[in-house]
Amino acid sequence: MTKKAYAEINEMQTKIEMQNVVKTFGRKNVLKGINLSVNAKESLALIGTSGCGKSITLKCLLGLITADDGSIKVDGKEICGADRKTMEGLRRSFGMTFQFGALFDSLPIWENVTFRLRKQQKMSRNDARDLAVETITQLGLSPQVIDQYPAELSGGMQKRVALARAIADKPEILLFDEPTSGLDPITGGVIDRLIIDAVKRLGATAMTISHDMASVRRIADKVAMIHNGVIIWSGKVTEMDDTGIPEVNQFVHGLSEGPLTLAAKEEAWRG
Amino acid sequence: MISFLQNIGQAALGFFASFGRIALFTTNAVRWTLLPPYYLRQFLRQLLDIGFFSLPVVGLTTLFSGMVLALQSYTGFARFSAEDTVATVVVLSVTRELGPVLAGLMVAGRVGASIAAEIGTMRVTDQIDALDTLSTRPMQYLVAPRILAGMICLPFLVLVGDLIGVFGGYIVGVYRLDFNPSIYLSRTLEYLEFADVAMGLIKAAVFGFLIALMGCYHGYYSGRGAEGVGRATTNAVVSSSILILISNYLVTVLFFG
Ligand SMILES: Nc1ncnc2c1ncn2[C@@H]1O[C@H](COP(=O)(O)OP(=O)(O)OP(=O)(O)O)[C@@H](O)[C@H]1O
Ligand SMILES: [Mg+2]
Repeated sequence: MTKKAYAEINEMQTKIEMQNVVKTFGRKNVLKGINLSVNAKESLALIGTSGCGKSITLKCLLGLITADDGSIKVDGKEICGADRKTMEGLRRSFGMTFQFGALFDSLPIWENVTFRLRKQQKMSRNDARDLAVETITQLGLSPQVIDQYPAELSGGMQKRVALARAIADKPEILLFDEPTSGLDPITGGVIDRLIIDAVKRLGATAMTISHDMASVRRIADKVAMIHNGVIIWSGKVTEMDDTGIPEVNQFVHGLSEGPLTLAAKEEAWRG
Repeated sequence: MISFLQNIGQAALGFFASFGRIALFTTNAVRWTLLPPYYLRQFLRQLLDIGFFSLPVVGLTTLFSGMVLALQSYTGFARFSAEDTVATVVVLSVTRELGPVLAGLMVAGRVGASIAAEIGTMRVTDQIDALDTLSTRPMQYLVAPRILAGMICLPFLVLVGDLIGVFGGYIVGVYRLDFNPSIYLSRTLEYLEFADVAMGLIKAAVFGFLIALMGCYHGYYSGRGAEGVGRATTNAVVSSSILILISNYLVTVLFFG
């Protein structure tokens, strides 16, 4: 194989690439240069202490927040500074769950789940309801909930509906912001299964923010840790335990003693 | 001294920045209101919310204003024996001024606040981001239906308010000031021109636009948390009320000369 062809294949496999992404809110320098790449059909877990900028990183990737500097490429296409049309076209291949669900209060569950299909592809009411039932039963919810409104469900149920909404039209790239936080271990296990399924069976690329190390071990191929606004380590999930980096070690094993203290975080914010 | 100048400079910059943001938001809102796709169900819901449910508030306000206007103008005009102009004064002030302005201010309080609170809540709970992610433009799905509904509902509300206000004047005129009912009615209609009512309705459409626009704008750029939504709500009501009073003068001047 020629060098060029090899490089091309390599290039094709990189689904998401972030280079030196910077984001500042007022005086708070949250992201100081994120470098991250995710290959196609790979599942990446994003970890880091609370408030380190994980959610912001995903929002930059979707263009919901504009990064101040740097480059973000999806399928080799630059999205930093891309026009609205490009962005809108690109978002079709994304499914995302937000940290707090972000279900539409004014719509019943089935319309929440099938929102994009209904609005974009004009899916019929009956088909949409069937699909909603199919998707939420996969997540262990009973079919009756489809006619209820988000406010009538418990937090964990809302979370699962949000997940159903993200995967309903089988997007190529899935972004999950803490999909299992606040769920019982059994439901958490079901959701882990679902993420693994989506990646393995549907060939999706996934990025998952999680604080649950057991879940990370189950769902992720690769792990990246954000600290002080940069990725301090990324690698295979199997290598996570012995990186030799004290911060990663402390985080992975949940130790109270170590370089990650509240004071250190304060400093990280001030930058 | 330096820091004093710095503060002034910062305030000025802030003012121009938000002015630019409002202008941009307005052009975007208007543009996306005109372009498809149109979300009919959202629009109908807003018609109900803004139009139908504002009827009691507008009706009560204009009823009592018409009544008090009849009483007050009677007192005034009696001093130079011009009592019989009461009916004309009432109908002209209600259709040209009081109807639109009072309805506008009341709806600004009711609807402007609820639009800002609803969209603001959607902003802070990431629902607006979710809309974007699900390939639906918030400008078209949230803002456009409200602006359109505002511009259509307000003239309708004002028309109803005009009728009720004139009716209030009639009640006071006939039952308290002892006017002859048929004379009061004929005086009401005698000097009323189509242009008077039309001017009120044009004002109403402008007010409806401003109320919905300010509600959407402040909600859309709501700060974080419950506090942010609260502030957005207050700002929406205050700014739309002020804009109503300013634009009321401007429209009047435009038609006057
Ligand atoms: N709109 C905003 N304006 C100002 N600061 C913001 C904004 N959004 C986020 N931040 C700040 O950016 C930092 C990172 O936020 P982010 O939500 O990404 O954290 P996170 O890593 O997801 O944390 P958690 O694990 O608690 O969800 C926080 O310190 C937060 O205060
Ligand atoms: Mg987060």
